[in-house]
Amino acid sequence: MGGLGPEEWQAVRLSLRVSGVATLASLPLGILAAHALARWSFRGKALLNGLVHLPLILPPVVTGYLLLLTFGRRGAVGEVLAQFGIVLAFRWTGAALAAAVMGFPLMVRAIRLALEAVDPKLEAAARTLGASPPWVFATVTLPLILPGVIAGSILAFAKAMGEFGATITFVANIPGETRTIPSAIHAFLQMPGGEAAAGRLVIVSVALAMGALWLSEVLARRLARRVAGQ
Amino acid sequence: MTLSIAVTHRFAGFDLDVAFEAPPGATVLFGPSGSGKTTLVNAVAGLLRPDAGRIAAGDWLLLDTAAGRFVPPHRRRLGYVFQESRLFPHLTVRQNLGYGRWFAPRGARAESMSRVVEMLGLGPLLNRRPGALSGGEKQRVAIGRALLAAPKLILADEPLAALDEPRKAEILPYFERLRDEVSVPILYVSHSSAEVARLATTVVALRAGRVVAIGPPGRVLGDVAAVGARGAASVLTARVVAHHADGLTELATAAGALWLPRLPDAPGSAVRVRIAAQDVILSRARPEGLSALNILAGTITGIRHGEGPGAMVTLAVGADRLAARLTRRSAEALGLAPGQSCHAILKTVAIAPEDVGTGTPGAGRARTGPATG
Repeated sequence: MGGLGPEEWQAVRLSLRVSGVATLASLPLGILAAHALARWSFRGKALLNGLVHLPLILPPVVTGYLLLLTFGRRGAVGEVLAQFGIVLAFRWTGAALAAAVMGFPLMVRAIRLALEAVDPKLEAAARTLGASPPWVFATVTLPLILPGVIAGSILAFAKAMGEFGATITFVANIPGETRTIPSAIHAFLQMPGGEAAAGRLVIVSVALAMGALWLSEVLARRLARRVAGQ
Repeated sequence: MTLSIAVTHRFAGFDLDVAFEAPPGATVLFGPSGSGKTTLVNAVAGLLRPDAGRIAAGDWLLLDTAAGRFVPPHRRRLGYVFQESRLFPHLTVRQNLGYGRWFAPRGARAESMSRVVEMLGLGPLLNRRPGALSGGEKQRVAIGRALLAAPKLILADEPLAALDEPRKAEILPYFERLRDEVSVPILYVSHSSAEVARLATTVVALRAGRVVAIGPPGRVLGDVAAVGARGAASVLTARVVAHHADGLTELATAAGALWLPRLPDAPGSAVRVRIAAQDVILSRARPEGLSALNILAGTITGIRHGEGPGAMVTLAVGADRLAARLTRRSAEALGLAPGQSCHAILKTVAIAPEDVGTGTPGAGRARTGPATG
């Protein structure tokens, strides 16, 4: 099969950048949403829960179209952002947004589960020892949910690497700008003689997914061992 | 530092209505489960916000609902030792110990790490994580963590309840040392009369959310209304005289010699001995030809008849009070009356090691305050 061609490399690099940015940028928001859902009681909690999970259930094309309506040049948010020179539609940043939205429910679910497993009595103990709520979160809660945060991030990253429907609807399939690995595979399959290139990208996809899973297992196990006392 | 607490709080099916003032030293909240002890300590810690109340440690006001004051728990400068140690599992013992100190204000008068490590015997544990510690070790680390936070007040909620007897015997002396060597007031929750007798400067007996008695342990533990006839006990202060070859330790009390199974304390040290009222026999004349080694002379100060066949006789022995639980029939047959001299007989082997603690009970001048609300 040989090495990857320049076009294929471009797709791999773009995919890694889009997924990395999507994961890192959505992480703080994911922790906040998980914290709100796990710990706070407030009006509209069910609505927030539904909103977070929506991309998991909606057809990706619908999500992509809704993103286009909202963040497109004439969308409510897109128009405001455009005044500040931020354009998302048909740009790689838009692909990152689509990937982040699609991965968000997976990230929030993993972090929320970890948060619910933290004993609030430990946090109360930290408060009595002089730690203000933000410090309690930084020094007790966050270290204890770290395995969940890592698992959630890797899941979201893997989801972002595979995202196709919402991406192609929102930002189309522009080589070098929004043509991620799945879009590239799709494009190669439309071309006569493109099967070899598509096949190589499929192998890269599988390798990256397996690598991500393996990494999450190793990290989770190492953290669990640390907390168990060795 | 005087601890002044007045709290009312209503739960479903239970309400707490408590007001008292305790002098410096170790104050023990004593009562059966469900009497409101933990709720009260959590209110002092700020982990529970009572419906109404005022809590002050010395001139430092922690809570005053009438004035809308509530100091959040992290600004209360406490050291709270919980029943289930609550060590941070992701930190080493050393990091756990340093946790509170990191948040303590700079320049706060704190125990030094090395002194606490030495006092609690934590040296070999410093690099381990809590998951690899035994129950007793965890509790020792929890005590050290609380101490190193430079607390103005130490709280302890049944810190020995989750431990077996040998571990209890291992940890209790550390609290005695805290009381005697560290000048930080302690508020300690317990349902064990032995712990109360050993630790308390002041006992606050709670029942169903109300204070039923308050005062030095000798007085409260002898108060049948507070502890029930079965739980009634006395606390004698004594000084270790010598250890004898036959395995006994000789103590001197104001009312005569006391012989106990061998104690670890060095000759000259002060101890307090808890004596259950039902282990005491009374005799008008000084008995002879008796196997019991301990015969203390005293004067009857009071006789109280219960609803059943029992009677509680209190004697003044030196500066201490000694309670004896007899049958009413015996009390009448002996013709006991206040003012009479009398001899109290104690079997040496009836006094268990956990009944003997170090230090002298403080002569607290506690008073029962009026209930608020």
